[in-house]
Amino acid sequence: MAVVDTAALDELPAPEHHKPGGISSSLLGMVLFIASEVMFFGGLFGAYFTIRSSATVWPPEGTPHLSALYAAVLTTILVTSSVTMQLGVWAIRRNDQRRLKLWLVLSLLLGVTFLCGQALEYSKLIGEGMTLSSGVFGSTFYTLTGFHGAHVAGGAAFILIVFLRARSGQFTARYHDTVEMASYYWHFVDVVWLGLFSTIYLLR
Amino acid sequence: MAITQERSEAAADAAHGISPRRHPIAVWLTTTDHKKIGIMYLVNSYLWFGVAGLLAVFIRAELAQPGTQYFGEERYNQLFTMHGTTMIFLFVIPMLAGFGNYIVPLQIGALDMAFPRVNALSFWMLPLAGLVLYSSYLLGGPADAGWTQYAPLSEGVGTPGNAIGIDLWIVALLLVGTASILGAVNFITTIFNMRAPGMTMFRMPLFTWTMLVTSLLVLLATPVFTSALVMLLIDRNLGGSFFNPANGGIAVLWQNVFWFYSHPAVYVMVLPGMGIISDVLPVFSRKPLFGYKAFVFATAGIGALGFSVWAHHMFVTGQVLLPFFSIMTFLIAVPTGVKFFNWIATLVKGQITFSTAMLFAIGFLTMFLIGGIDGVFLASPPVDFALTETYWVVAHIHYVLFGGSVFAVYAGFYYWFPKFSGRKLNEGLGKLHFWLQFIGFNLTFFSMHILGLLGMPRRIQDYPALPDWVGLNQLQTVGALIIALSTAPFLANVVMTLRRKDRDPEDPWEGNTLEWYTTSPPPAHNFDSLPEIHSERPLFDLRHADELTVHPDATTTGAR
Repeated sequence: MAVVDTAALDELPAPEHHKPGGISSSLLGMVLFIASEVMFFGGLFGAYFTIRSSATVWPPEGTPHLSALYAAVLTTILVTSSVTMQLGVWAIRRNDQRRLKLWLVLSLLLGVTFLCGQALEYSKLIGEGMTLSSGVFGSTFYTLTGFHGAHVAGGAAFILIVFLRARSGQFTARYHDTVEMASYYWHFVDVVWLGLFSTIYLLR
Repeated sequence: MAITQERSEAAADAAHGISPRRHPIAVWLTTTDHKKIGIMYLVNSYLWFGVAGLLAVFIRAELAQPGTQYFGEERYNQLFTMHGTTMIFLFVIPMLAGFGNYIVPLQIGALDMAFPRVNALSFWMLPLAGLVLYSSYLLGGPADAGWTQYAPLSEGVGTPGNAIGIDLWIVALLLVGTASILGAVNFITTIFNMRAPGMTMFRMPLFTWTMLVTSLLVLLATPVFTSALVMLLIDRNLGGSFFNPANGGIAVLWQNVFWFYSHPAVYVMVLPGMGIISDVLPVFSRKPLFGYKAFVFATAGIGALGFSVWAHHMFVTGQVLLPFFSIMTFLIAVPTGVKFFNWIATLVKGQITFSTAMLFAIGFLTMFLIGGIDGVFLASPPVDFALTETYWVVAHIHYVLFGGSVFAVYAGFYYWFPKFSGRKLNEGLGKLHFWLQFIGFNLTFFSMHILGLLGMPRRIQDYPALPDWVGLNQLQTVGALIIALSTAPFLANVVMTLRRKDRDPEDPWEGNTLEWYTTSPPPAHNFDSLPEIHSERPLFDLRHADELTVHPDATTTGAR
């Protein structure tokens, strides 16, 4: 890729047709993509609630105990990563590239910690006999949390790419749409988890 | 104007970037030009139309006589499953998206789609999906539980449904769905962010409006279908029990998630067609569309109501709130009625030219009207209880999807072919095509209403030799052959026209919308310059600029 002196670009006046207050195409595209993701999880949640509402006992008998406390720790980790991500966005808005990289690494580490925590919980539950095929609770639990976990992994990969690009100095106060996109996506993943946490672990 | 200068610079860059030594195949395989991608969408979709049409001829051949002729029960189940799936997911939806790809950026004065590479990705998933779907014929038999793939039939609990065909069906539709969602993101962003100066929302051509609403439907409905497909895949392959009642799942849940997508999908398949008609009718009546804003709001109304009627496909399950879904279904006929008023009032006192595009547009009006009305019959639960799963339903779906969507596709094709190629299609062959198709279509599908009232069930390859049943079925087989035959003059027309050396004028129909401002076919960068846009008919304004006595902003729908 050609080396672009982004600092010099910052000096240029905004293009004439640039509408102030408008949303850039990449951000709009990201918002729309997230809207479709919301509907995807909406379908899964819809299935979960339909099945749950028609069950006589929920969770069905023989389901291993799900620790709300453990999940609350995971929730805290993920919510914190959302905060650090936003701090990174605010840093680059002030053109602070050093802090951006710092916050990105922190968010990435927290995201990976969350995934490891989820893997630990999976292995414990599988050891207690709850699997995708052990019954309808297992099916819904692993499908919903599994797809969420896959989205966390995707978001973490996104943050990693943003970090690598930040390391080569590609973002400035004016040109950092990708950082914003990654943060939108990361917040969305966070909110889906809050939904999962409250329906699966809290709503008894 | 600053914007025009910027565009000519972009044009110079584009011309510089394309090496003349590249092989044409390499150019097409790697293109991100929305026009080339649009053409590929159209060609790919039309090929699948041919494949699915062939399956339909096989179906009609089997039904020409009572008893088993060519295909046993299993083969017949596969035939109608693959026919429906291919027609809906590989033909109608991508075909209309193809028109959108080619036409929408031109109609709003944009250089390309907002995300050209994502656009190429969307397209290339479609032929891949087709290959995955049809590879099942080599790998143990295709899906056979109908295009609706109802659980528990599709769960693999029974014997036939256990074939790999249904898994390949799921994967193929996941690909088509992803392609659709990415396409929708692209269309919405393009329409919101890439409009030329002066092209306000209420000056957009109606085809662009319908593509916008369609894309919103795709964006919000398709992911729900994706979730359904994923759950079915998990049930079939990983021992899940979402739709398996034996393990605490619910079979009817599939119908709910499936129709939550597939009913809005009906509007995905017809709204762009309505948009095509709304661009074609004014041009060949020499009048503006009557009630532009009413049409736009009716389109939005259909889009919104489209999400609240899905359960009318499930009246006989006994699991849905009949009064609510019945009333909503009756209600959604109202905005469609508004549109019929728009179209008919546009024709009244117009200087009508019966070109082939216009004939297909009028064909759409009449056939879609019949399809809409026999659909309203089904909105009434008692009538639905009697007619569901009979040939009445087959007649209805074909009047809306063939009489509606396919007629609109051909109207758009005859209308925009000069834009694609610089040459008008032959009118004589075009009219032969229209009349053969119109007659064949009505012979086949109108009689299905009667057959449905007589009680013949759909999706059955054998039937008793009742006197009326045999005669009507034979009539339908003859009609289907006429439809198949009608594509011959069409294909001959396309080949002959493309071989012609001479060119037609850039704007042979005296169009109103921006796509006719540029050359035919347009350059890679679409526009060398753009006119000032003061209304929803910028080219009409340009042709009559010297006759304007009032300030241009005061005309038609100029207000923001």
